[in-house]
Amino acid sequence: MKRKLVMIGNGMAGVSFVEQLLKLNPHRYDITIIGAEPHPNYNRIMLSSVLAGDANMQDIVLNDWDWYRDNNILLHAGQTAAHIDTEKRTVTTDKGIAASYDDLVFATGSLPFMLPLPGADKEGVIAFRDIKDCETMIEASKNYRKAVVIGGGLLGLEAARGLLNLKMEVDVVHIFDNLMERQLDRTASKLLQAELERQGMNFLLEKQSDSIMGKKRVTGLKFKDGTHVDADLVVMAVGIKPNVQLAKDSGIEVNRGIVVDDYLQTSLPNVYAVGECAEHRGIAYGLVAPLYEQGAILAKKLAGVDSEGYQGSVVSTKLKVSGVNVFSAGRFNDEPGTKAVRVQDDIDGIYKKVVFDQGKVIGAVLFGDTGDSSRLFSLIRSGEDFAGREKEVLLGSSGGQMASTGDLVAAMSGDEIVCGCNGVTKDTILESITEKGCVSVGEIRACTKASGGCGGCKPLVEAILTSALGEDNVAAVKEGICGCTTLSRDEVVDAIKRMHLTTSKEVMHVLEWANPEGCTKCRPALNYYLGMVYPDEHEDELESRIVNERSHANIQKDGTFSVVPRIYGGVTTPADLKKIATVAEKYNVPLVKITGGQRIDLLGVKKEDLPGMWGDLDMPSGYAYGKALRTVKTCVGSTFCRFGTQDSIKMGIDLEKKFERLDTPHKVKLAVSGCPRNCAEATIKDLGVVAIDGGWEIYVAGNGGTRVRAADLLVKVKTEEEVLEWTGAYLQYYRETANWNERTSEWAQRVGLDTVKKALESKEDRDALCERIDKTLGLVKDPWKQIVENAELSKAFDALTAPAEAKV
Amino acid sequence: MNEVIVGHISEFTDRRGRVFRLGELELALFKLSDGEVKAVENNCPHKNGKLSEGMVCDHHVYCPLHDWKIDLNDGLVQAPDEGCIQTYPVFVDDKGNVVLQLAMQSKVS
Ligand SMILES: Cc1cc2nc3c(=O)[nH]c(=O)nc-3n(C[C@H](O)[C@H](O)[C@H](O)COP(=O)(O)OP(=O)(O)OC[C@H]3O[C@@H](n4cnc5c(N)ncnc54)[C@H](O)[C@@H]3O)c2cc1C
Ligand code: SF4
Ligand code: FES
Repeated sequence: MKRKLVMIGNGMAGVSFVEQLLKLNPHRYDITIIGAEPHPNYNRIMLSSVLAGDANMQDIVLNDWDWYRDNNILLHAGQTAAHIDTEKRTVTTDKGIAASYDDLVFATGSLPFMLPLPGADKEGVIAFRDIKDCETMIEASKNYRKAVVIGGGLLGLEAARGLLNLKMEVDVVHIFDNLMERQLDRTASKLLQAELERQGMNFLLEKQSDSIMGKKRVTGLKFKDGTHVDADLVVMAVGIKPNVQLAKDSGIEVNRGIVVDDYLQTSLPNVYAVGECAEHRGIAYGLVAPLYEQGAILAKKLAGVDSEGYQGSVVSTKLKVSGVNVFSAGRFNDEPGTKAVRVQDDIDGIYKKVVFDQGKVIGAVLFGDTGDSSRLFSLIRSGEDFAGREKEVLLGSSGGQMASTGDLVAAMSGDEIVCGCNGVTKDTILESITEKGCVSVGEIRACTKASGGCGGCKPLVEAILTSALGEDNVAAVKEGICGCTTLSRDEVVDAIKRMHLTTSKEVMHVLEWANPEGCTKCRPALNYYLGMVYPDEHEDELESRIVNERSHANIQKDGTFSVVPRIYGGVTTPADLKKIATVAEKYNVPLVKITGGQRIDLLGVKKEDLPGMWGDLDMPSGYAYGKALRTVKTCVGSTFCRFGTQDSIKMGIDLEKKFERLDTPHKVKLAVSGCPRNCAEATIKDLGVVAIDGGWEIYVAGNGGTRVRAADLLVKVKTEEEVLEWTGAYLQYYRETANWNERTSEWAQRVGLDTVKKALESKEDRDALCERIDKTLGLVKDPWKQIVENAELSKAFDALTAPAEAKV
Repeated sequence: MNEVIVGHISEFTDRRGRVFRLGELELALFKLSDGEVKAVENNCPHKNGKLSEGMVCDHHVYCPLHDWKIDLNDGLVQAPDEGCIQTYPVFVDDKGNVVLQLAMQSKVS
């Protein structure tokens, strides 16, 4: 007869334990799980991503309903275990269902700690722990504006980031002067604060909450010092406490958590506890990695497999806030007798600290660049002795005896956990490679979930993959430009040149595309590459252009389009303005707007009206829709400005006239400022020109969009001709080497700015590049004019209508 | 069944969409590379994107707004997304007319 196992709690630690148990000994138990939440087991960690809008509820389910069924697990979801009779060995739920057990496991997790403030029971005061809280916050963001998060720890900051993404104003209240004080030292903490402030968070530090204001719903938060802030939503993220009440009521020994021994057994025989509710050697953990380790030990115990027992864990943390890289592990604060090696680089905003005790790494904090995190974490765990050569750990060694990631992987034992978020061991990953044929990190993730959580372990997963398959094989299976091919951009472009392929069809044929007519990723890319390599031979393939470039207008969410005529350098005339106004009236344009690039946008135009409007405007297309030169923003410069040192308007117009209509891998935005005050914001452009006394500075690879990046100085030149020359060479080098759909900022970071500088260094190389770009520029034509002048082309914009007699 | 001539095959460009309107009804018609014409409702099940503006790859159209991939033969949205759209039978007669067949009980009525 099978033994009966009942588990209370259907969360991450508990279900992971059950998964392990089923692997070791699938037939030993009849399993019943009682879970208070009305959901199958989901990834609590990812709630932050759900809140931030990066994942949805379905994405975070770890074990779906079918999993329980397929494994014959009886799940009582939405029911709370209310009573345990330890004599008769039965558990009864709040809905009156009783389950009897031979072995009982507590996996009840924690409860969020709610500050006992007067008014804490008001509507709009919540914690951040489960799906329900997440839903409450998302809902609140639709009707309210101002959120206050109490608690500047990991959870509080992730909640705050999510609320910012939900377009709420967010104040973070913290009792100490430094954020995440349990995970970071002061330096890292201040760097973090600066970065988060930049992202829009507001901090109220060293503030003690006093009471919550409001009638039915919260309206504000008052502090002990008498000040207060407005709030429509208060999220308390001040800590968690192990959920032990039921165990306590059942006569089980409880301290902070449910006290367990090295085999996770409680003070009662046959009763175990695992996860955040358990306290082992005085520690109740609050992160998943150690909980999975506990689960693995408990699974062995109940499956009848010997083990050494649980020895406690060293923990590491990573903050899951985009744009912020923070890592900390072990004992990272200076203590008597410890020594630390620090690196601080204010220029790139990087801070690293490694703490040693008697030559062994005992803790580390990384900010800005967390590339060393897996290596440091495993050094902490391995206890390797670095006495006398501590510096090598962080700074590398001249002798080269530093352990490489490859050696690290080799030294890891098979059951060591690689992915802390999902509890995936090295062996499981190896198995997915050797037995299931995974050949990329993506496939390993799909197979094992490794690196699917916070992503911190990705470098380690990569290293395991490389060590298992060998460098060459990993290289050979790299991902292609899209699902239709395994070839990379460079290989495709190479083949186009080598075999003189001039149409997409040829490329797909010769290179054995998986889908006969490609997909929306490769079709426009190929069309671009072909046009770039053979400007005069390749015939533009309109059917491979995305809708905007095909219609020469921007599609809007309701299917209408927007029309933006060219206004060189942002300089217009009364006559042009009148013309635009007349056209806008004639075609009933619902919205006329000045764009961020100094021109005029006519929005809400019906597709069939486009050719007519273009004809009436009789102005060149502004290419506001294209992967092409968009605008050249200018400041007024020396023409009128008292600070101006050069004629920025003329420079801008010259640039725009020269490079308009050029196909580029992604959109390109330029700007010219007349002096270093930089009113045209030239230093966040793909290429920005800033006038200085007696010359011009050219900045490149800036971006003001999703990933803001300040441009880097490429060169200082003296004359306008040189500005045009450098710009031409730079743009052509970008055209020839970037991936389709890659902005200059991403491209320059990928290939390295030094490579770009090198390529443009010699006058000879620049001239050659300019010659090629001039050839392409010689062939471009204004698309609006072409369509207006060709009846066939204009007609394609009309809808077909049924003949009058047809009635349905 | 009602047959409507919506136009001539020469008015269609390979792998490009055209819009056809009849009363409330708005369809997207596409000429595939093999010359066949397909007709579907011009409305993406995701967020009402105009499929007529989408890119055509073999017998699939990709919605121009968020890139859902839809099979023009059966109207099924391809994984990982889900959904389906109404398809309408079309044929090209021997004079080159593109003829749409509308069932009486279709959505239009
Ligand atoms: C927003 C957020 C972000 C996080 N980010 C990270 C991170 O980046 N890294 C990391 O390592 N950790 C993170 N954590 C912590 C991590 O999620 C927890 O450590 C982990 O989920 C604990 O697992 P558990 O199984 O012990 O508890 P839980 O996952 O909480 O599961 C316990 C379950 O038991 C149920 N239960 C309790 N009592 C009863 C009862 N009497 N009857 C029935 N059911 C009951 C509860 O409803 C709950 O569903 C995060 C947590 C949150 C909330
Ligand atoms: S950048 Fe200099 S020249 Fe141009 S408007 Fe500003 S202050 Fe005047
Ligand atoms: S509307 Fe079609 S994919 Fe979003």
